[in-house]
Amino acid sequence: MLDTATIVAVALAYLGLLFAIAWYGDRRADTGRSLIRSPVVYTFSLAVYCTSWTFYGAVGTAARRGIEFLTIYTGPTIIFLGWWFLLRKIARISKSQRITSIADFIASRYGKSASLGMIVTVIAMIGTMPYIALQLKAVSTSFAVLVSYEATPDLAIALTSPPAATLTDAAFLTAIGMAVFAILFGTRHIDANEHHEGMVAAIAFESCVKLLAFLAVGFFAIFTLGSTATPGAGEAAMSAGWSNLTRFPEGGSGRFLTMTFLSMAAIVCLPRQFHITIVENVDERHLSTASWLFPTYLFLMSLFVLPIAAAGLSLLPAGANPDFYVLTVPMTQGHNGLALLAFIGGLSSATAMVVVAAIALSTMICNDLVMPVLLRIRWLRLEDRGNLATLLLYIRRIAIFAVLLLGYAYYRLTGESGPLAQIGLVSFAVAAQFFPAIIGALFWKNGTRAGAQTGLILGFLTWAYTMLVPLLARSDLFSGSILEPGPWGIAALRPEALFGLEGWEPLTHALFWSMAANICGYVLVSLFSKQDTLERIQAAIFVDVFRRPPAEAQVWRRSAAVEELHALLQRFIGTERADRAFRDYAAEHGQRIGDMPEADADLVAFVERLLAGSVGAASARGMVASIAKGELLGFDEVMAILEETHQVIAHSREIEQKSRELEATALELTRANAQLKELDRLKDDFLSTVSHELRTPLTSIRTYSEILSDHDVSEEQADRFLDIISSETQRLTRLLDTILDLTRLEQGQAEWRMADVDPSAVLEDAVAATGGLFRGRQFDLKVAIEPSAAPVRADRDRLMQVFINLLSNAAKFAEPGDGRVMVVGRPDDGGYLVEVTDNGEGVSPQDRELIFEKFAKARDRNTGRPSGSGLGLTISRHIVEHHGGRIWTETPPTRGARFCVHLHSVRPPSGSRKPALAEAAE
Amino acid sequence: MTAGSVLVAEDERNLAEALSFLMQRAGLEVTVARDGPSTVDMARRIKPDVIVLDIMLPGFDGFEVIAALKDNALNPMPRIIMLTAKGHEKDKRKALDLGVDDYVTKPFSNRDVVERVQALLIQGKVA
Repeated sequence: MLDTATIVAVALAYLGLLFAIAWYGDRRADTGRSLIRSPVVYTFSLAVYCTSWTFYGAVGTAARRGIEFLTIYTGPTIIFLGWWFLLRKIARISKSQRITSIADFIASRYGKSASLGMIVTVIAMIGTMPYIALQLKAVSTSFAVLVSYEATPDLAIALTSPPAATLTDAAFLTAIGMAVFAILFGTRHIDANEHHEGMVAAIAFESCVKLLAFLAVGFFAIFTLGSTATPGAGEAAMSAGWSNLTRFPEGGSGRFLTMTFLSMAAIVCLPRQFHITIVENVDERHLSTASWLFPTYLFLMSLFVLPIAAAGLSLLPAGANPDFYVLTVPMTQGHNGLALLAFIGGLSSATAMVVVAAIALSTMICNDLVMPVLLRIRWLRLEDRGNLATLLLYIRRIAIFAVLLLGYAYYRLTGESGPLAQIGLVSFAVAAQFFPAIIGALFWKNGTRAGAQTGLILGFLTWAYTMLVPLLARSDLFSGSILEPGPWGIAALRPEALFGLEGWEPLTHALFWSMAANICGYVLVSLFSKQDTLERIQAAIFVDVFRRPPAEAQVWRRSAAVEELHALLQRFIGTERADRAFRDYAAEHGQRIGDMPEADADLVAFVERLLAGSVGAASARGMVASIAKGELLGFDEVMAILEETHQVIAHSREIEQKSRELEATALELTRANAQLKELDRLKDDFLSTVSHELRTPLTSIRTYSEILSDHDVSEEQADRFLDIISSETQRLTRLLDTILDLTRLEQGQAEWRMADVDPSAVLEDAVAATGGLFRGRQFDLKVAIEPSAAPVRADRDRLMQVFINLLSNAAKFAEPGDGRVMVVGRPDDGGYLVEVTDNGEGVSPQDRELIFEKFAKARDRNTGRPSGSGLGLTISRHIVEHHGGRIWTETPPTRGARFCVHLHSVRPPSGSRKPALAEAAE
Repeated sequence: MTAGSVLVAEDERNLAEALSFLMQRAGLEVTVARDGPSTVDMARRIKPDVIVLDIMLPGFDGFEVIAALKDNALNPMPRIIMLTAKGHEKDKRKALDLGVDDYVTKPFSNRDVVERVQALLIQGKVA
């Protein structure tokens, strides 16, 4: 059992939670750790679209009119899937123009017109009142439904006639509560562009709650339908219910299309929707996530509408209001907790809508209705007053109260007329009146202010006549005679059959005539009226927002005293923030404000944009105009400048691109140059080393030749000198041969006679050939050559050259007097490994790579330089690498150097053959 | 004929022998050193009038030998002729900057080297 106290306590606790979330969200925003910089939070905040009308009313619509309820979801889905075309453009424009509301958007596009802003504001107010009333009604009725269940257990009575007194109190208290919330979290700052982060966070939270509540009731409905339906009667009722629910809506496809169009227009044009989608948007990219996530949300919200409706139709008495099936279906099964959750879901839907709508409307009322009027009243001398920020805040706070009280008044006035959905559609139809002006603003440069005004007024009046009048007439505010036979008896003027258009379903009828009047007025008057310069400029800026950068500053040739501008700004946004704005501007433009004698057009435009964020485009323009002297440039001139800017930007992008390319090229050239220099240096080194190596034997040859020719020497001496000349000549020849050999190897011109060669045999031959080197000089030469498991593909002579080189190096570098050299050859790792180890100085680790370079020995190892070209290892490496092998040096466990050569076998030795061969060799 | 002592610092055996022969025939006292450290050592011990110094010496090279001699504040400082296989301008300049008295590029003319050594000996006497 739910008693009033419990319900009230839960509702108050929930509202308290919302306040806490909003407060926390604001605090996080103040400390720079925003809660809402997430596309998911943004998307959930968009779900403010789903008001109590959707939460409760969709089921009602489904019960009454079948699948027509879907139209509420199809329109937004279409708009969001196509966000690239419409929403992205609106968001981009609004950001660059600091748009604060839909009224501001339309006024700004049509020449920052104050009158247009007023018209839009008034229409929006009138359109929103019924909607707010609807939410209040939903809250109070749902409350009454819950409470009355206790009072009158007879559901049929309870659900059809809730007590009026409770209703009234609940609605009024709700209105007051929402006003407080909106004021606390909607009017903290004055710059509407600063976003109400706490409010958005709370709205997003509410969207989660209502989705969960609805899904919970949906699952419950399915469960209940499945378990309680008795065979026979239940099924019959069920199938009757289903066929009733899934039938095509009354009014045919005309009404279906009308409703879809209405919801498309609504998602763009409803003031609260514009506010949350565009003004509160912190990042354009969030739209791209919302484009699929928001339709997903709507899909989930619509998923269980039919089951709940079916459950309601089969479980509840015929008189029960289908708008509250979401509550009453759980209640019939005694699930009070679930009913309470559903109530909280409905409360979420209602409060979210009311709060956002109140904030959006209060901004519009303040910026587009009150401020222009106050500014116009000269004797108030508003421009000269001190702190206007507080004034603006008070205007908005009062506006919020006014909006909610008006909504409450409307609710009391119209009372019980019409089900929830009907009231909602009235609002949608009003919002749709903005649609032509907005579409024109985005895509049609020739739309004029006069056209927009005419269209809006005509459309609105037609709507009022065809929709509002019948509604009011039915609530007995007007004489019913206006409907039948018509005002003053003129049949052609009957509000629901205008100009003889009979037989149409009333909503389609009203929408048809109002949109016809609106669009015709807009287009025709636009075609026959002229735009003034500012209109044409704004039109160009709006329509071409993606083509041109927003360059409002260039529209004006004007200037103002810096101090006056600062004073103006400070009055609206406070000293501290005005100072900060000027500092930021100065920093961004590399100037010091103090140094500027006169604010240029750019700074004036900057201030105007800031002001527009506080008071709307039209008022901002008026106030800046009062202190800035100058004139608007001609349209053609402005267009030329904009075009030029556009081209300059395009050019500078091109230039940037070019210069990046040039930089890259320059870098490559630098690298190439460095490489060439390195090559050049290597070549110089090589030449000078070669020259040095050649000069040494040449010097000997020359010196001894001169001695022989200049001096008397003994025959013995002469023979000796001639021997020296001869051996130096041979040394010279060998050197030249080696250099030529290396050159050929390096240039790949060497001839290779490749064949299958047994590396162990070649090694043995090499040891035999160099035997003289060791025998002559007290050497301890150890040889351990195992047979190779498989031949290697090689040039036998070249391989021999490598082995001989290693052996003679070992002989040269081994410890003089006590030379020990060890030669090992064995199969290893799919090939053959040769190791030649000496007990000489060894090779220091840092030289292990170096010694394979040309003349490395001559250049870098001055100590104990033995004769030799210094090219042997270089040539060896070339040869080994040509065979696909590896040559390296390492330090053996004892002192000295070890040179290793590894060559791959032609075919890897198989496991069985290898030992056999080894045995055979032994 | 000018008497004097010469230290030949040359690592190539054949060349050292040829220079030694030439100096003896010119009536000079000759000592041969085959690497950098022994050059410095001998210069300190026998105090030659002239050093015929190869740049590319094992141990440390000709430039380092000169630096070592200067560090040791050899008195009198011997006259130095540099012998090198490198004809680079920068080597020549570096040698002259270091206070080398003369500079001969390999392959050289025997007569030229001998005359230069004698010229230095005469200068040394005059000084």
